Amino acid sequence: MAQQTTNKNEWPLWEVFIRSKAGLDHKHAGSLHAADAEMAIENARDVYTRRMEGVSIWVVESTNIHASDPGDAESLYDPANDKIYRHPTFYNLPDAVKYM
Amino acid sequence: MNDQKALLQYTLRLADDGLILGHRLSEWCGHGPILEQDIALTNTALDHLGRARSLYQYAAALFNTLPEADKATFFTSVSLQKEVSEGTAIDEDDLAYLRDGWDYRNVLLVERPNEDWAYTVARSFFYDAFNSLFFKELAKSNDESLAAIAEKSLKEVTYHLRWSSEWCVRLGDGTDESHARMQQAINELWAYTGELFTMNDADAAVAAQGIGMDLAALRPQWKELVALVFDEATMAMPADAWMHTGGKDGRHTEYLGYILAELQFVQRAYPGMEW
Repeated sequence: MAQQTTNKNEWPLWEVFIRSKAGLDHKHAGSLHAADAEMAIENARDVYTRRMEGVSIWVVESTNIHASDPGDAESLYDPANDKIYRHPTFYNLPDAVKYM
Repeated sequence: MNDQKALLQYTLRLADDGLILGHRLSEWCGHGPILEQDIALTNTALDHLGRARSLYQYAAALFNTLPEADKATFFTSVSLQKEVSEGTAIDEDDLAYLRDGWDYRNVLLVERPNEDWAYTVARSFFYDAFNSLFFKELAKSNDESLAAIAEKSLKEVTYHLRWSSEWCVRLGDGTDESHARMQQAINELWAYTGELFTMNDADAAVAAQGIGMDLAALRPQWKELVALVFDEATMAMPADAWMHTGGKDGRHTEYLGYILAELQFVQRAYPGMEW
């Protein structure tokens, strides 16, 4: 339960994701406290969309987010450094292919 | 009362309701129970203030086109009358800062003190529920300016009502203490809800012109709306008893004086100051 990891007197923490306009992705905007999802969306509306930043809001209770360990960064990401053939720019295009 | 004076008084009242409630809600700024709600209330306060500004601008324009004889007698606030007698055209700031309490027309409900979160929620809930019905009707007004302001306000009011309804339910259907305090706030503020639906001379005059409406006719709908939320909030609807009135005719509770003292002090002490 989320409550177990939260101070009993405090509302749980929520992560807020905002879509700035239709067609774009939701982007992480920040976090806030709220008693439940409904209040989290309303609080997000008041805290993060006051200057016309968004058209859609997602909220996720912070305890439900599982993150990678920064200590694992080397083993997770470094092996990609020398695999330049994974990028399309590695390949030479035949002249016959135009407009690519 | 002629038509233009009635429209002016009506417009002023709507503006005064917004300014005074906006001021009350702004008193929470920096004192909210939690940062997010502090911001929510400040946003709402600005909505009320924004609506008040539009209405004051319209009211000032109406006043400035009154015949001189009417201008000289419409207000009895000394500072404002001095400007008028000098032949100056008045503006929104003059209306907000230079009128004394008896020239304010807001309903008594909006000047009630914040007390605690439950009172603040109950006051907003009663007023927001009224506004949601009122502005829907006013959007059909014959008066284009009022209809346009009403149209814009409706979206804001919808959110205000959502906020105050939800808090009513949260506190009402919350802990024993929040339940008791919410019910107490409702019981005490109930006697100030009747005035929302009374018709004074200005109300009757603008209703006859198709600008305003029969406010009494809104009350059954309002009670239905309130009952719906009370039901979810496990709140008991107070019995209809004697209701306070007077604000619409300039007779206020002692609280308005304190609000105006704080709101007007700088402009009264340093006239025309800008920053």
